[in-house]
Amino acid sequence: MDKFRYLPDTEQDQKEMLDALKISSVDELFSDIPAEIRLTEDLPISQAIDESTLTKKMRRLADRNATAHDQTLFLGAGTYDHYIPSVIDHVISRSEFYTAYTPYQAEASQGELQALFEFQTMVCELTGMDAANSSLYDGFTSLGEAANLAVGATKRSKILISKAVHPQGRQVLQTVANGHGYQVEELDLTTDSTDLTLLEEQIDNETAAVIIQYPNFFGSVEDLAAIRELTAAKKALLIVMANPLALALLESPGKLGADIVVGDMQPMGLAMNFGGPHCGYFAVKKKYIRKIPGRIVGQTTDTEGKRGFVLTLQAREQHIRREKATSYMSSNQALNALASSVFMSALGKEGIKKMAQLNIEKADYMAKQLESKGYSLKNEAPFFNEFVVQLNRPIKEINQYLLQKGFIGGYDMEPDYGMENAVLLAVTEQRTKEDIDRFIEALEGMHR
Amino acid sequence: MTEYNDLIFEISQPGRTAFSLPESDVPSVELTTKFPKQLIREEPAELPEVSEPQLMRHYTSLSTKNFGVDNGFYPLGSCTMKYNPKINEDVARYAGFAAIHPFQPIETVQGAFELLYELQEDLQVISGMDAITLQPAAGAQGEWTGLMMMKAYHTKNGHRTSRTKVLVPDSAHGTNPASAHAAGFDVVEIPSNSNGTVDLVELKKQVGEDTAGLMLTNPNTLGIFEKDIVEMAEIVHQAGGLVYYDGANLNAILGQTTPGMMGFDIVHLNLHKSFSTPHGGGGPGSGPVGVKEFLIPYLPVPRIEKQKDQYVLNTDYPDSIGRVKGYYGNFGVNVRAYTYIRTMGPKGLRQVSESAVVHANYLRKKLEPYYATPYTQYSKHEFVLSGSRQKKIGVPTMNIAKRILDFGYYAPTVYFPLIVDEAMMIEPTETETKETLDAFADVLIQIAKEVEETPEVVLNAPHTTSVRRLDEVKAARQLIVKYTK
Repeated sequence: MDKFRYLPDTEQDQKEMLDALKISSVDELFSDIPAEIRLTEDLPISQAIDESTLTKKMRRLADRNATAHDQTLFLGAGTYDHYIPSVIDHVISRSEFYTAYTPYQAEASQGELQALFEFQTMVCELTGMDAANSSLYDGFTSLGEAANLAVGATKRSKILISKAVHPQGRQVLQTVANGHGYQVEELDLTTDSTDLTLLEEQIDNETAAVIIQYPNFFGSVEDLAAIRELTAAKKALLIVMANPLALALLESPGKLGADIVVGDMQPMGLAMNFGGPHCGYFAVKKKYIRKIPGRIVGQTTDTEGKRGFVLTLQAREQHIRREKATSYMSSNQALNALASSVFMSALGKEGIKKMAQLNIEKADYMAKQLESKGYSLKNEAPFFNEFVVQLNRPIKEINQYLLQKGFIGGYDMEPDYGMENAVLLAVTEQRTKEDIDRFIEALEGMHR
Repeated sequence: MTEYNDLIFEISQPGRTAFSLPESDVPSVELTTKFPKQLIREEPAELPEVSEPQLMRHYTSLSTKNFGVDNGFYPLGSCTMKYNPKINEDVARYAGFAAIHPFQPIETVQGAFELLYELQEDLQVISGMDAITLQPAAGAQGEWTGLMMMKAYHTKNGHRTSRTKVLVPDSAHGTNPASAHAAGFDVVEIPSNSNGTVDLVELKKQVGEDTAGLMLTNPNTLGIFEKDIVEMAEIVHQAGGLVYYDGANLNAILGQTTPGMMGFDIVHLNLHKSFSTPHGGGGPGSGPVGVKEFLIPYLPVPRIEKQKDQYVLNTDYPDSIGRVKGYYGNFGVNVRAYTYIRTMGPKGLRQVSESAVVHANYLRKKLEPYYATPYTQYSKHEFVLSGSRQKKIGVPTMNIAKRILDFGYYAPTVYFPLIVDEAMMIEPTETETKETLDAFADVLIQIAKEVEETPEVVLNAPHTTSVRRLDEVKAARQLIVKYTK
């Protein structure tokens, strides 16, 4: 036997266990695998390497990537460079949390369950909804699940989704819809917002739901109240995919009449992680509680009357309901939900507003500076921390140039929206006035 | 010391905060000048207001009421709760992995793509497939992705409307029928025979022109290797269907055989199970999917490919099922799995399955005299006991599970698989010592005695956890899913 540090068996251990089984070799235990499908040689993958060599190798790989720590980032488009308070990693690094499984035995998992119950509460507070689950994979998969819920609840077969919803969100939704066999129609835009005239034309009695992003992919804040009126007229549901940080200052979708609110908690204390793992949230009005996908934590009492928490309404779930489940999803993103809960607790009621305000002010400053230099903004509606600017060269080219100056530029709007030389810039509280001024200076330098 | 049981909302006091934000260095913006009145929030979200020390104590206190693999033995069957290596955690936190944006220019993230590409290659070899996608966020999403490809394949071959059925054994994980349904298929359950394996006669009876495919895990959820797998795959293939491998139990066969050799066309892997990435109390996971060559056109886009020395993203697959998740999957989880595979190498992975299987058989052997054992052939990495004897004396399996918690262990998976009465599914994994297995066996033996001698001790369990037995019925009937003042 070779020695591997995660494998504790000694030769003596193995011998004793095989003796107890009255067999002489481990191979005997694999004798039920037919010989023609047994591997006779080692898997052709790289040999094991020791920890110090491995660490060096991994550092080399990591160092080949430009990070938000050494570049100044103006890229957002669904994943944002926000500050992550130190406390978060200290909490989620507690192995009682990260080395646990789904809390099937509630009495031994009260910490996890209570943290998720608190997460559900915070999601309800931000979104203005009645109930939330304990998370799904990411904002886009949450969006797909929301559409499924709407189709199931209304017994209708069409989903209308604004083109101002994240392109990847629309792509995921299309795949999900292909699975269930319902139809997805996209709604065209004015410049930066959903075209309400077109919405009124396209919505009909087969429309299960209308999906709007808030703020949308352009950073603009859509007029949810007006959209609600149009959906209500046809008894279609309103699904809103919202940036949770923006909800600190923007009116909650629940208050504005949304039936389902989904989104991604990444802006709230989660590392960008090259796009994953993030954390989808999913919240509904009371009426739809029993149709929620995924895990839900509920409050109850123990035999002595003491408050405790359990996974509840499990009859909706795949491990009980099998093909009749509300969703195939078995796991969630519990650890990331915990991280975002710690974030929301750390900033608190006032801090979260202040952070959102900083985002608005920084983005506003940058937009005004750009306008003063003669660049035009594509946003007609008010925006949160992102906006689209018209430049005069291909964005790919500009971003290459900016990279040499230490900036990671914005998202090129041409491939998805056909907007030539237009870029989506994100400005978080992490960017200083100096960063912004230097960025614009670099941009100006290029044109000269 | 008084016990701390508060919700974070209950210790909140206006005016406290656990974070400091920078002062604004740009002109202030009055919200009312920027946003129409109806879009400005009227009532603030009631988030807690606590200081940093309060926050740390709150969450530390919660952690003490939680049981993870670092706390002790976690024999949760079909979940493969092996040790989570610490080096994996450190590496995943390197800024070069954690602080990179998914839309950065591709030449600035070549290290990340190199890692993903190499992981794809390793998983291809381990699963015996020809290509891998790392996009699915978890095993169940991998299943659904695989089934969507199955559907796309039949559609392309003109059989979409006729091949509507997916065959799933009655011992399967619940995710199998659920993901088949989400992909738009009808589910046909195939009964197991008395040996706990798929009944070939039944399979032949059900398979036909309407079969899209068969979903199977091997070893199955009873921990038994389906030794007729090659024949089963042939039966399904002959009928024009595809064969899908549920990788939840892959740990048992790492380096021994591959799903590819067994005849499977599509495979998902649960990185948090076989490849040691922590599951975080319910997630994140990662569920890569592998396919044989003829299914490559259907894989989700974008595909990560190598052109000369550059890694690129290729979306040029017109038959692709599309995108299943944002960006490139759960990258941070993939970094951990990559680190693990590099740590173990081919010999280490083979030894994983050997030890996992020895442990399962040894533990079963020790427990057989005390609990009903419906299936007695060699187990792979897990085995299923039945609490039917104990149930007969009035102590259901759930109570045995709760009693186990009193001894500082997590409980096995209970009441699954559904085909075993009072099932207790135990998976010790390779990372436990023989001493732990012996001690756990002693506890289960003691509980079997308690059931006979002092059943109330078991019926009233747990006794030592932070709360006593919780009322699940009440939770569902008087639904409280958020805190209200």
